[in-house]
Parts: sequence; C-alpha cells; structure tokens
Amino acid sequence: MSLLYDILVAPFVQMADAPDFLAQVLWEGFVSGILYALIALGFVLIFKASGVFNFAQGIMVVFAALTLVGLYQKGVPALLALVLTIAVMGLLALAVERFIMRPLVNQPHVILLMATIGLTYFLVGLGELVFGGEPKQMITTELGLPTGSTEIPFGERGVVILQHIDIAAAVIAILMVAGLGLFFNRTRIGRALRAVADDHQAALSVGISLNQIWAIVWFAAGIVALATGIMWGARSDVSFALEIIALRALPVLILGGFTSVPGAIVGGLIVGIGEKLGEIYWGPLLGGGIESWLAYMIALVFLLFRPQGLFGERIIERV
Amino acid sequence: MLYREAGQFKSTYAADQAIFPLRQDRIGLFAILGLAFIAVPLLADDFILDAIAIPFLILALATIGLNILTGYAGQLSLGTGGFMGAGAYACYKLTTSFPEANIILLILLSGVFSAAIGIVFGLPSLRIKGLYLAVTTLAAQFFLEWCFIRIGWLYNYNVSGAIDSPERNTIGGLVLTGPNASSVTRYIVVLAIVALITLLAKNLVRGRIGRSWMMIRDMDIAAELMGVRPLIAKLSAFAVSSYICGVAGAMFVFFYLGSVEPAAFSITLSFQILFMVIVGGLGSLIGCYFGAAFIWILPIFLRNGLPMIGIDIGAENVVHLTSMIVGVLIILFLIWEPHGLARLWQIGKEKLRVWPFPYA
Repeated sequence: MSLLYDILVAPFVQMADAPDFLAQVLWEGFVSGILYALIALGFVLIFKASGVFNFAQGIMVVFAALTLVGLYQKGVPALLALVLTIAVMGLLALAVERFIMRPLVNQPHVILLMATIGLTYFLVGLGELVFGGEPKQMITTELGLPTGSTEIPFGERGVVILQHIDIAAAVIAILMVAGLGLFFNRTRIGRALRAVADDHQAALSVGISLNQIWAIVWFAAGIVALATGIMWGARSDVSFALEIIALRALPVLILGGFTSVPGAIVGGLIVGIGEKLGEIYWGPLLGGGIESWLAYMIALVFLLFRPQGLFGERIIERV
Repeated sequence: MLYREAGQFKSTYAADQAIFPLRQDRIGLFAILGLAFIAVPLLADDFILDAIAIPFLILALATIGLNILTGYAGQLSLGTGGFMGAGAYACYKLTTSFPEANIILLILLSGVFSAAIGIVFGLPSLRIKGLYLAVTTLAAQFFLEWCFIRIGWLYNYNVSGAIDSPERNTIGGLVLTGPNASSVTRYIVVLAIVALITLLAKNLVRGRIGRSWMMIRDMDIAAELMGVRPLIAKLSAFAVSSYICGVAGAMFVFFYLGSVEPAAFSITLSFQILFMVIVGGLGSLIGCYFGAAFIWILPIFLRNGLPMIGIDIGAENVVHLTSMIVGVLIILFLIWEPHGLARLWQIGKEKLRVWPFPYA
C-alpha cells in the first residue's frame, strides 16, 4: 500500500507543494529535450536521404565541438576556428560519401548501421589522437554566446532560474529547425533532397545526383552536430563522455519515427521532460540513476503498440 | 594434392552427415585440439595464457553467442555486454549462496538466468524488426548495467560495488578459481567448456532449430508461410544466444579477470563482441574464433609488437590508434568481404583443393 502511495500519489503531492521547483525541472527537461531533438534531427536528415541509421551522429557532435575547442587552443581566433570546423565537417561529409556511402550503396540497413559504428570508433580514435582525451572548456564567451542567468519570480515565493545559454540554445534550435524547413521546401537542393528521400530511383531518373545529395546531407548533419556540440559543450565540458548523451538520443528517434523531423522534435521534448521528471520525482524510489534507461524503456513499451513511432511512415512489407 | 576428397566414399548416412566429412579436416581438428589441450599448457608462459589465450577463448565464446543471434537468426543485438554481465552476476550469487556446489556446474547453470533475461528482452523482436530492434536491445544493455550498479543484493552489498571470484576447489582439491588458481588449470577448464559449447552450437545451427533461424533471417514472412513459428524461432535464438553469452560472462569474471566492476560489462564490450562477429564473419562458427583472435590480439600487437620492430608510438596513443584501425577495418570488411575472415578461410580451402592447378 505504501509503495503504491509512493508511486502514484507522493510525487504529485511533491509537485503541488513546490510549483516553482516543478517549473524549474520542466525548464531543464525542456532544454535537454531540445538538445536531444537536435541530435535526433541529425539522425533523421541522414536517414531520410540515404536510409542510413547514422550511429556516428553522436560522435560527430563530440568531434565537431572538440575540433572547435582544439583549434582555438592551438591559437586560432574563435570565429576563424568556427569556420575551419565547418570546413572540417564538410571534408568529413565528402569522405564519408566517397569511402562509406558509395561502396556500400544498396546494402541492407543493418550493414550500413555497422559501418557507422565503425565510423564512430574511427572518429573517437582520431579526435583523441589529435586533440587529446582530457575534458575541455567550451569557448562560450569567445563565440559571443551569452552567459549568466536570470531569476524569474514564480508563484508566491519561488523563483525559476533561467541560464542565458539555455535560452540561446532554445532560440538557436528553433531557428535551425525553421531554417532547415525553409531549405527543404524552398530551395532547389532541398527539393532534390526530398525527392531522394521519397524514391532513389525516381530521383536518379530525373537527373539528381545521389552522390552529391549524400555529401550535402552529411554536411547538413555535420552542421547540426556542430551546433549541438557547442550547446552541450557550454552546459558541461567537451569530452567523449558526451558520447553517452548521443546514445540517450536514440529513444527519441524511436518515439518520433526515423523519418520525421517533427517527430524528432516532439520525441526529444517528451524524452527530455519525461527523463527529468522521472529522475527527480520517481528516481529516489529505485535508488536513482534511472535516467540512463528510462527513455529506452518508455520507447520499448511504446514500440510494442506502434512499431513505426509517433510520426513515422507506416511500415509496409512486400513479399 | 594433400587436401582433396577424392577416394573418400561415404557408405552410411551418418558418415555423410558428419560435421567434418573430409578425413583431412578431421585430422586437422584433432591436431588443433591436441595443440590447444597439450602443447599450449606445456609451452606457453603465464603471460600468454593469462593475457591472450584465456580472454581470447572466452570472448570467442561470447562471439559465438552473438553470432547465433545476429549471424544465424538475423536479429541485431547491441546488448551482449548486459547479457554477459547477467551471467556473471548470476554465477556470483549462486556460488556465494551455495559455496559447496561445483563451480563448473554453477557456471553452466548461470547461463540459464541470462537466457531467461534474454527471452524477456527478446519479446519485442516479435513486433519490431531491424534497426528499431537494435535500438531496443540497447534498453537491455543500459537497464542491466544500471541493475549491476544499483541493486546491492546482486553484489552482496559489499562496499566496493565490485564482484570478485572466491576460491573454489573441485573434489580432488584442485583450485579452480580465485587468486590461487594456476593459469594452466584455468586455461584447461575454459578450453574444455568453450570446446564443448562450440560443439553443441555447431549441432544446433545445422539442425532443425538452426535452419529455422536462418529462414527467419533470410525472409521472415516466407519462413512463416512455410511453417516456421516466429515466436519459437526468435525466442529460442535469444535464449540460446544469451545462454552462451551468460556462460562467457561468468567465465570472464571467474577465470579471467577475477574481480570486476559493473563498468566491465558496458556497451563498449557489446561493441567489441559485435566487431568480432563482423570481422570473423556473420553466420560462421569458425569465424568467431578468427574475429575474437583478431580484435583481441590487435591492440596487444600494437602495444608490444610495434616497439619490438622499432616503431614507438607511445602507450597512450595505442588506445586511440587501435580504435581508429578497428573502425577502418570494420568499414573495409563490410565493403570488401562482408562474410569476414571465415570467407577468406573458405576461399583458401577451395584454392588448396585444386592446388597446384589454378582451376578445378
């Protein structure tokens, strides 16, 4: 009985008791949800265009952030380092297209997934070899990002603390999604991307170069990774520990569906907020640390009822 | 000239269905077994046994476990580390609860527990396929890892949070586990268990169950229409796979590491085993040994071999370099030889059959 009370009643009593704390938790969940959504966005971009489940997206986030900070530490001015990092991500996109995508075209999904796991290991080794494995400080102020925080009064006596960097992250994420939306719908390349996503062969037959599209889409995912890396890096240090965060973004994809951009965003927010609420209000019952698997369990149960995710295309199998 | 089946006629069904129908293969097998059981313990020093031979055998066994699930039944799993851990913790609980029982029996029994856990986490595979399933097996990995850290009962509430292998003897008083067990004893026990399970696995995959796994892998709808029950086939693949992984995990603690923290069964281990499967060859048992040897010995070679031939790359760089090389190798294998080292071995045997002529 008391266990049932602990699970079903006590957390809500706690929430009602301290609404300002609840608002704080929701805000934190919202911000990490946005960052999960950004990682998931990178996955979705590549999966839509090429059918590759890019396991390396998480490590691309770390790699981009590490390159940025590493270049800065080697004496390159911050903005130049940013440009150079974008160039590095472009080179990476070209290399991936040339050396992984092209030889492996038309292979089963699972083979391509394993190839990106190989890419993950390569990038981990390369990043640590060139820039060293120790955690680094993100160059937040040098890039002109705001630091500090604002306290907003909430309710009768409480306050909610908003970190400026979190607000910036939310704004940048929204701008990025809007920008990608415009890019997909209004530009020539964006339309070609959507054509490739719909049907490879039909796209080829109207003269769209698959190789070019793949390079572009990996580059776009690289830019998303860089933005994500800067935001995560500003919240904690830049190190390969961030890799684990990328693994946490996978349930987001399951919830949202592999092919849906809105799904990535909604899934990200659900996982981000659900994880924080679960950890703070229900976590102590189980001894804490449930963040690491809660999202997976939610996603797993969810999949049993809707195997294609929230917004995913219905899976039709032909024999 | 030497390796040719000419003149070997099969006069019974049993001879025709043998695992090794060729006399040369049988001789080769017994030579390898003889080498492994007699020559290696006599000749190898403790370093080779402890750092190379024992972990190689144990990881090869775990690779067989994953290969049954991924290579034969076609269900990609990223939770191998978790299932190995389940076996290890089950064995630890069993041997601390029943100190009198024979440790080898307990190790074989502990696989049953990880098999049960494997079945539970295999249930989603009935509804979910392919990539989605791969992500859900990560749920098993992270959930089990969390259990190993947070559930004190599993490690008997000791302060360090690690489990260590207590000293256990056989009836004859031979020390099998614990700090006082000699390398040779542990090596022989591991080798015997690995050889036995490999034999069982070989017979499973070429029998009725194995064929139904392969049908599910190649096309599940067609398999279902032809009378394979997906429920039985998929869950039995999960059960057998996690049983073998569990036994490997238990041996990993009791015969190799001696004492482990939960971090030993992290996702890194899962990936390492997956790489062994890919490099060795999906759907091949001998490939598991090749893959395990390759992935396990590569870093040791980079660490110890390169300085010997005059290239010094520094100890800390070895880890990074290994990671890079392994990553590139995975991609190269997937591009050039998706069937892995096992396929190269097969090509070599074909060449040997027609040697010295280029074509048969």
